[in-house]
Amino acid sequence: MGRITLDKVTKKFGDVEVIPPLDLTIEDGEFVVFVGPSGCGKSTLLRLIAGLEDVTDGEIRIDGQPATDLPPAKRGLAMVFQSYALYPHMSVRKNIAFPMKMAGMPEDEQKRRIDNAARALNLTDYLDRRPGQLSGGQRQRVAIGRAIVREPAAFLFDEPLSNLDAALRVGMRLEISELHKRLDTTMIYVTHDQVEAMTMADKIVVLRAGNIEQVGSPLELYRNPRNTFVAGFIGSPKMNLIEGAEARKHGAETIGVRPEHIDVSASEGTWKGRIGVAEHLGSDTFFHVHDTGLAETLTIRASGEVGLRHGDTVFLTPQADKIHRFDAQGLRIA
Amino acid sequence: MATQHSRSAARIMISPAVVLLLAWMIVPLVLTVYFSLLRYNLLMPGTERFVGFLNYKLFYQNPAFWTAMLNTLLLVGGVLIVTVVGGVLLAILLDQPMWGQGIVRILVIAPFFVMPTVSALVWKNMFMNPVSGLFAEFSKAVGLQPFDFLTHAPLASIIGIVSWQWLPFATLILLTAIQSLDSEQMEAAEMDGASPLSRFWYITLPHLSRAITVVILIQTIFLLSVFAEILVTTNGGPGNASTNLTYLVYARSLLNFDVGGGSAGGVVAIILANIVAIFLMRMIGKNLDA
Ligand SMILES: Nc1ncnc2c1ncn2[C@@H]1O[C@H](COP(=O)(O)OP(=O)(O)OP(=O)(O)O)[C@@H](O)[C@H]1O
Ligand SMILES: [Mg+2]
Repeated sequence: MGRITLDKVTKKFGDVEVIPPLDLTIEDGEFVVFVGPSGCGKSTLLRLIAGLEDVTDGEIRIDGQPATDLPPAKRGLAMVFQSYALYPHMSVRKNIAFPMKMAGMPEDEQKRRIDNAARALNLTDYLDRRPGQLSGGQRQRVAIGRAIVREPAAFLFDEPLSNLDAALRVGMRLEISELHKRLDTTMIYVTHDQVEAMTMADKIVVLRAGNIEQVGSPLELYRNPRNTFVAGFIGSPKMNLIEGAEARKHGAETIGVRPEHIDVSASEGTWKGRIGVAEHLGSDTFFHVHDTGLAETLTIRASGEVGLRHGDTVFLTPQADKIHRFDAQGLRIA
Repeated sequence: MATQHSRSAARIMISPAVVLLLAWMIVPLVLTVYFSLLRYNLLMPGTERFVGFLNYKLFYQNPAFWTAMLNTLLLVGGVLIVTVVGGVLLAILLDQPMWGQGIVRILVIAPFFVMPTVSALVWKNMFMNPVSGLFAEFSKAVGLQPFDFLTHAPLASIIGIVSWQWLPFATLILLTAIQSLDSEQMEAAEMDGASPLSRFWYITLPHLSRAITVVILIQTIFLLSVFAEILVTTNGGPGNASTNLTYLVYARSLLNFDVGGGSAGGVVAIILANIVAIFLMRMIGKNLDA
């Protein structure tokens, strides 16, 4: 079981309010991702849940039990740190055994769990090495191993993949998702990489300056961003936001169109512009279009190879049903 | 130092320093060994002659020899224990965020800047003096007989004084080591359910092992030759109770004017130092490997 409820949780460092009163419910078995720009309070929120920081005000409940004043070890949560935080002088086996040893678990049970975790995480051959003799990905797996042997109510991850190279990151992303499917335990995952958020999450929590901007499934956030911040943050490349006369034509202060929802043509269309940089990814091509009179640049995604090059004049047509409209406060107009 | 060329260049560059250092060490060593084989008494100039190992035999048969040997080891061991244990505790204390941290740190380092003779005299006259010392005042205040430290516990008193001098050094080195401990490791241990005591035992102490090794090795070098503190407090007494090897050598060569005997003692001290060094490296040297 791992249902975590935050009730008006507030955090101040001195006079600085990093997390204004915040309500959030995380259901049992859910994979929740906190995303937001750097410094928005994701790590702080995670550390509040873990008990590594004291809440200034409000209440945290785990499975309905008040946990606000419980020390970290008593909350039944396990955390995987960005720096892995392995114990450098202990072997991998001892690292994984450490939480069980601290809990006074019988030796044979410890051994059984270590073997299970090592098998699940492909660490069997490395059990007697020190962390310093492992690669980044292996260290990450040891850190996860140390977390799963405790059979916690929920896992907390703080940007666990940010120290890995791109290929490894994709691999570990899948492994963590699979782990979640297999264990069916609540996981809270902090990242500022919105691709990780989109691919892994059951539920995404978008944060800005400690405030929750929107909570929802990845597709909900993609289809119906509640405001311009979420609209700009979710999706890659970013949504094009257009203000002014063109927006007022649609009865809004700002309109947003995703790069993949604009059709490109060399001969005709609603908007006219000139191609700046073209990024060829093979499967897709991203065009940065200037001189449209709408915004500094518009980003357009065209599938595959299109016969357009730097300096060409293009015509753009937004797909009418994919235009998002926002009011003067940046809120979505239904 | 990747290539053959840069390696040999490096050797040529450091050779003057090596030659100078070697001469600096070899010349006194050879002279000491040479004197130790002579009958060489300053009261009888002109009578020097070769006597073989007689000086060593006499030094060894001196009833003070084994006492001095034991005292040297007790002094080194005692001070090491006090400074390492005290240093670890003080370093942990100083690492806590507290008001006036900067001032407190400077105060803790201060004893290291006081000359050994001065600090020993301050201890002797202002603290340990059985008539006018502070400790005597305390004893009297609570209605106890004043304790004459330097008469009844001379070696322990000297261990105390020397520890007081070396505690800042140990604290400083251990403090920097503690500060380099990754705070996420501590937090991970906290989440893993480790109590403050187990966190100290399983995380902090292993992290400090290298720094502790450095403290022990460096201090041993200096503690084997403690002299000034003994000279100004107890003069090695009462009897031989606080005589260490260094002081015995001094007594031989400058109180008895027996340069030959003193040199023999010096050579014995070198041998002892090497034995201690070998023991230490065997015991804790592996901590220095990465
Ligand atoms: N111990 C602290 N004392 C004072 N301010 C702090 C402390 N820890 C964090 N903050 C502030 O709280 C804010 C949120 O920090 P936090 O580490 O939660 O950001 P984050 O969302 O995790 O960012 P990143 O993506 O860069 O890791 C920041 O503005 C930071 O300066
Ligand atoms: Mg962070």
